[in-house]
Amino acid sequence: MGDNPSRSTDATAGGSGVTGRHARPAGTGVSPSSYQEPPIGGGGAPLQRKARFSMETGFRGLSVSAGAMVLVIIVAIAVFLISKAVPALQANTANFFTDTKWFPNDAQPNFGIAAIAFGTVLSSVIALIVAVPIALGIALFLSHYAPKRLATPLGFVIDLLAAVPSVVFGLWGRDVFSQPVKDFSVWLNHYFGWIPLFGGDGPFGRSILLGSLVLAIMVLPIVTSLSREVFQQTPGMNEEAALALGATKWEMIRTAVIPYGKPGVIAAVMLGLGRALGETIALALTLGTVFTISFNLIQTGGNSIAANIANTFGEANAIGRGALIASGLVLFAITLVVNMAARAIIYRRREFRDSAA
Amino acid sequence: MAKRIEASNVTSYYGSFKAIDSISMTVEPKTITALIGPSGCGKSTFLRSINRMHEVLPGARIEGRLTIDEQNIYDPDVDVTAVRRLIGMVFQRPNPFPTMSIYENVVAGLKLNGVKKKSVLDDAAEQSLKSANLWEEVKDRLGRPGAGLSGGQQQRLCIARTIAVEPQVVLMDEPCSALDPISTLAIEDLMFKLKDRFTIIIVTHNMQQAARVSDKTGFFSIDKTGEPGRLIEYDDTQKIFSNPSQKKTEDYITGRFG
Repeated sequence: MGDNPSRSTDATAGGSGVTGRHARPAGTGVSPSSYQEPPIGGGGAPLQRKARFSMETGFRGLSVSAGAMVLVIIVAIAVFLISKAVPALQANTANFFTDTKWFPNDAQPNFGIAAIAFGTVLSSVIALIVAVPIALGIALFLSHYAPKRLATPLGFVIDLLAAVPSVVFGLWGRDVFSQPVKDFSVWLNHYFGWIPLFGGDGPFGRSILLGSLVLAIMVLPIVTSLSREVFQQTPGMNEEAALALGATKWEMIRTAVIPYGKPGVIAAVMLGLGRALGETIALALTLGTVFTISFNLIQTGGNSIAANIANTFGEANAIGRGALIASGLVLFAITLVVNMAARAIIYRRREFRDSAA
Repeated sequence: MAKRIEASNVTSYYGSFKAIDSISMTVEPKTITALIGPSGCGKSTFLRSINRMHEVLPGARIEGRLTIDEQNIYDPDVDVTAVRRLIGMVFQRPNPFPTMSIYENVVAGLKLNGVKKKSVLDDAAEQSLKSANLWEEVKDRLGRPGAGLSGGQQQRLCIARTIAVEPQVVLMDEPCSALDPISTLAIEDLMFKLKDRFTIIIVTHNMQQAARVSDKTGFFSIDKTGEPGRLIEYDDTQKIFSNPSQKKTEDYITGRFG
């Protein structure tokens, strides 16, 4: 590691030397005599000494400190969160991990993240189940099927969708989208009520389904746009190889494009999941804020960690805030696990990816 | 098994640009035909027209008639994937699928054609790799990535992948241009071996290679940049390289032009 900068300094010196050597034969007589160039090779002069301080060292320091800053910030946040959360957890009279109630502001604080953690994961997973197939379909359409003059503006519109603030999605979901979802819920309940997911007697409306669908719409552009990038990077020669073997376009996509893009698509899905898990305001506006664990998707209900923080932070006392921070730590842990799982999937076939590069 | 390819007045376009102009030639079964000529003279375009890979590029189209054993390749009713299964192709740069193992690469074409039975795939993989003179080198590491092989091995892997689907004709688009001389020799040996089973058409910039491997040679040329490529002379390799009938051909093979 340590010899890297010096090696590149040498390389720089060597580089100028090459230029000098090239210039010399043609221009020895022409070049102004005042311009002193160190003789390179054959000149007999000692080799140029390595500069003690240079851009190399400066830039190295800059990048090292930038890297270190990330660690400092993460540690600082962790210390702050844990110091706030611990007193609340000590005051808690219920089991933090298994209890579903959330009464941290009582004289006898009792709260647990089971219900809201469950709601967070459930709404995010449903959002992904809805969004990912659509997103991949759009991405493949944009990268391989759409004519260029359609793909470019459509891609732009997708990117625009990613830029819409989540509060807008939340309000739209609450005021506009909730009615059709409610009608759809009633329909689902009528015909598929025998499936526990769609059972219950109502009321329907501000349900996990509504929250998840709004989340799906928010996650869609991220997954689409990243997947499209990845699919577009498939080497043309691999696509041709598949076609030359007698593949149809769809078979070519299955043989060459999708396997090649898989790690990137997983990364895109995980980014989408990260957004869904952490999404606050849109879920605070669309979920029913109920502290129960239920797989029923269509009855009014559902809650998530982030939405709960947004909804109850205002009227929380010191213990209440600590409890919310503790729930935030759990959310952080969930996101971490998801990300590590994604990395594990991507690295599992690293041998293949590296040799491809 | 191998089939005859007949081209009459084949003209290929990229959009409005005419890349080759009325090429006519007949390629006999179980022969090796070399296409030589300066860069940009349309050799590859003609080669890609034969298995309809030309039309993959946007705006590309073709006029004239191309047949394989009397069947029109460009008949509107013909399934393009059937044409490509019949006429396989090896590309200039080795292009194994980077996400697949050696084994998966070889059987990729068979899987595309719906072959699922493990024993059939295993047999085909072994046979194809043996035919491609690669089996001994890779038999112990079939599960390793195909892209991890050396360039020459990768190209032989691509040849194995191409012949695994048992085509009638194998097109090779400068298959050795990215390879070192020893790997090149290995591919040339392989071509002699494959000649017993397949009709081979090879585009090459290496005239020694054309002289060494081919039975017949076609010389393509252009008058100047922007003009379409033409087939100047097409004859037995022996004759092309010893006593060409066209002045242009002689200039090219003796290195005075191109």
